[in-house]
Amino acid sequence: MPVCRDDRGMTTTAQPPSAPASLRRGLLRLAAAVTTPLLPDDYLDLVAPLRSGADLRGRIVEVRPETPDAATIVIQPGRDWQGHRPGQYVRLGVDVDGVRQWRSYSVTSAPAGRHGPITITVKAIPDGLVSNHLVRHAQPGTIVQLDQAQGDFVLPATPPARVLLVTAGSGITPVMGMLRSGALAGVDVTLVHSAPTAADVIFGAALRDLAAAGALRLVERHTKDDGQLSLVDLAALVPDHLERETWACGPAGLLDVLTAHWDAAGHRERLHTEQFRPTIISPGEGGTVTFGRSGVTVAADGSTPLLEAGEGAGVLMPSGCRMGICYGCVLPLRQGAVRDLRNGSLTTAVPGDGVLVQTCVSAAAGPCDLDH
Amino acid sequence: MTVLQRKPVNPIAHLTAEDIEVIGKELDAIRDRVMADLGERDARYIRRLIRTQRSLELGSRAVLLFSLFPPAWIVGTAGLSIAKILENMEIGHNILHGQWDWMRDPKIHSTTWEWDHVSPAEQWKHSHNELHHRYTNVIGKDNDLGYGIMRVDEDQRWHPLHLGQPLWNLINACFFEYGIAAYDLELGRNLKKGRHRDPAFRARARAVGRKIRRQVLKDYVLHPLLSGPSFLSTLAATFTANLVRNLWSHSVIMCGHFPEGVETFEKTSIEGETRGEWYLRQMLGSANISGSRLLHIMSGNLSHQIEHHLFPDLPSNRYREVVPEVRALFDRYGLKYTTGSLPRQVFSAWKKVIRFSLPNRRPRDRANNRSAPALRTSGA
Ligand SMILES: Cc1cc2nc3c(=O)[nH]c(=O)nc-3n(C[C@H](O)[C@H](O)[C@H](O)COP(=O)(O)OP(=O)(O)OC[C@H]3O[C@@H](n4cnc5c(N)ncnc54)[C@H](O)[C@@H]3O)c2cc1C
Ligand code: FES
Repeated sequence: MPVCRDDRGMTTTAQPPSAPASLRRGLLRLAAAVTTPLLPDDYLDLVAPLRSGADLRGRIVEVRPETPDAATIVIQPGRDWQGHRPGQYVRLGVDVDGVRQWRSYSVTSAPAGRHGPITITVKAIPDGLVSNHLVRHAQPGTIVQLDQAQGDFVLPATPPARVLLVTAGSGITPVMGMLRSGALAGVDVTLVHSAPTAADVIFGAALRDLAAAGALRLVERHTKDDGQLSLVDLAALVPDHLERETWACGPAGLLDVLTAHWDAAGHRERLHTEQFRPTIISPGEGGTVTFGRSGVTVAADGSTPLLEAGEGAGVLMPSGCRMGICYGCVLPLRQGAVRDLRNGSLTTAVPGDGVLVQTCVSAAAGPCDLDH
Repeated sequence: MTVLQRKPVNPIAHLTAEDIEVIGKELDAIRDRVMADLGERDARYIRRLIRTQRSLELGSRAVLLFSLFPPAWIVGTAGLSIAKILENMEIGHNILHGQWDWMRDPKIHSTTWEWDHVSPAEQWKHSHNELHHRYTNVIGKDNDLGYGIMRVDEDQRWHPLHLGQPLWNLINACFFEYGIAAYDLELGRNLKKGRHRDPAFRARARAVGRKIRRQVLKDYVLHPLLSGPSFLSTLAATFTANLVRNLWSHSVIMCGHFPEGVETFEKTSIEGETRGEWYLRQMLGSANISGSRLLHIMSGNLSHQIEHHLFPDLPSNRYREVVPEVRALFDRYGLKYTTGSLPRQVFSAWKKVIRFSLPNRRPRDRANNRSAPALRTSGA
């Protein structure tokens, strides 16, 4: 029996391929030999970027303004989209000023199977590169890169009897996906949502309609007038909050307070949280550099190129001209921040990005993790 | 051409060490400004070019399925030649330089790109980016000076084999991609030194072998087979397209460093070289080709060889833009900006190949000039 490797590199035994499958494989190999050094996919991408078998992409179908600084983007995902569970998010790769940028956005539409369009809802934050681009400049027809939906900020298969949702600002997005999915129909739901003013409430009208229809109890907190939500407020607004299975999404400060409170009450398992902002990488001078696959971690100052730091620690580093022109030293930065020694510009990466950096002219600007 | 340090009139004698560092700073500033300005427009340029090239290649190959009909042969061969030239030059060469890495698109990136050429991208990047661009025109270090088979400078030692170099150069031009693959492998040197058993060399040679097999299978077996009754004429068409591409790229590349007016340098001159001195060497060691926009694109913008050598990782569509500033800098510092039309530069390069096939007329008095000070100047 033939032995094949699946993409995690594990060896499995497979059934002998059926005749159509091996014919198909033969044809694909022939097609690849005809198009080498390109792949047939490179040509197909020109005409059918969303086809099955292509890298997962999506096409922006529509951009709908929600509030003055938020918009919903309707995206038709490619044929290999596997659908999502309410509350999950997608990683989206958008070209801003010609540079591919990856960010995560919660899916705000109800699951529509594997073919239906999805929506994400983006709030433009001050100086935010991708959020401003999406809210203000996204154009229908644009192709974006996608990843399959992920995340475990989701409802269980059988919904609990009583649910509390605590959200702030754009934190409403995953919760809107849950509400729209219908999974909470018939459940006793309270939503406490904070936004600066009534006009800033994303999905304000839709939420008020749901409340009017009796689908949930809505508590809007307009922080400009009412101030930040405190635990005392919460206890007054929702006296049985600790008994409710709770999903919370908002700024780190809010989530920290809630987590401590549920923890102290011994009900941490009832609280599910989602944070939008990665732990902030403060670009200081130097940092520890981890070469993941080599299993080496080394401290480097802010003026030592990563290349030298690696070599000094005995890591076999790819290199070339050592002066920033040949790109022989490029490695993916998995996480962290590096500073370009030539112009001081900062490159940061969060897990999943794999931003390629030139190690010979980049120095650590905080802890960083290289895929090498 | 004589190494700069041995010239009776040193063309940089009037520059002080500070001048050279200021030139370096000014060039850095030009580079930084353009780099900071890269964006949507540039991304659109390279994507559109790739799309055009792929459509042209696909269309030409489709037409060649009927290459038995002479008009189809002519149209298909012309289209395929142009597609192959674009693929190797404005697209492949420049992507492999990392010019488009800033877009962070894994499909258009120096570490993932493979080109329609028998030299595997990995090996070409090493010999071209790391060696040639670093050691540009340094005798004994930069193998691009005559590609290791020709003598193109008085200071390269003459050997009777050089008598045949006009012929070698012609053959090299026709099969240029194979010449480059052999050159990237340092085939001659490795065989001479008996390194053919070295596992690293063998692995690289095998990679070249695999690449050649794939290329030949595609161009000379599969596409002709797909053409059915047009088998032979399609074979002739792909051969012609490869020949045209080879002749064209060889001509353009010869114009980059061989024409009259380009300087060469001594090995010792780059010891402890500063960034300013490195820049200066690139300025004096390269030559441009003047011409239309179309010529620039078809030459992969290697017609802007000077700008390319100063800023090898600057996207090629920007070279044209920085020309006025770079030229002004040359003028300001009294340096010669070597440029000329394609026929003129090709003629000049060939003249050199023919002239240096013969030994120097009078032996050079080496001892006298031994101590000429590197790229440092009179003042340094
Ligand atoms: C799992 C997950 C789901 C997400 N879902 C959504 C969503 O549904 N809708 C949505 O709008 N965003 C969502 N985000 C946030 C989103 O991924 C981006 O971080 C956000 O759009 C900012 O990106 P930017 O490029 O505009 O800002 P950047 O240019 O990356 O940052 C600009 C500045 O803003 C700061 N900053 C970064 N993120 C935030 C933030 N969230 N709030 C305030 N300041 C910030 C940065 O520190 C920096 O100083 C989600 C994030 C995660 C991790
Ligand atoms: S080694 Fe050349 S760019 Fe890094």
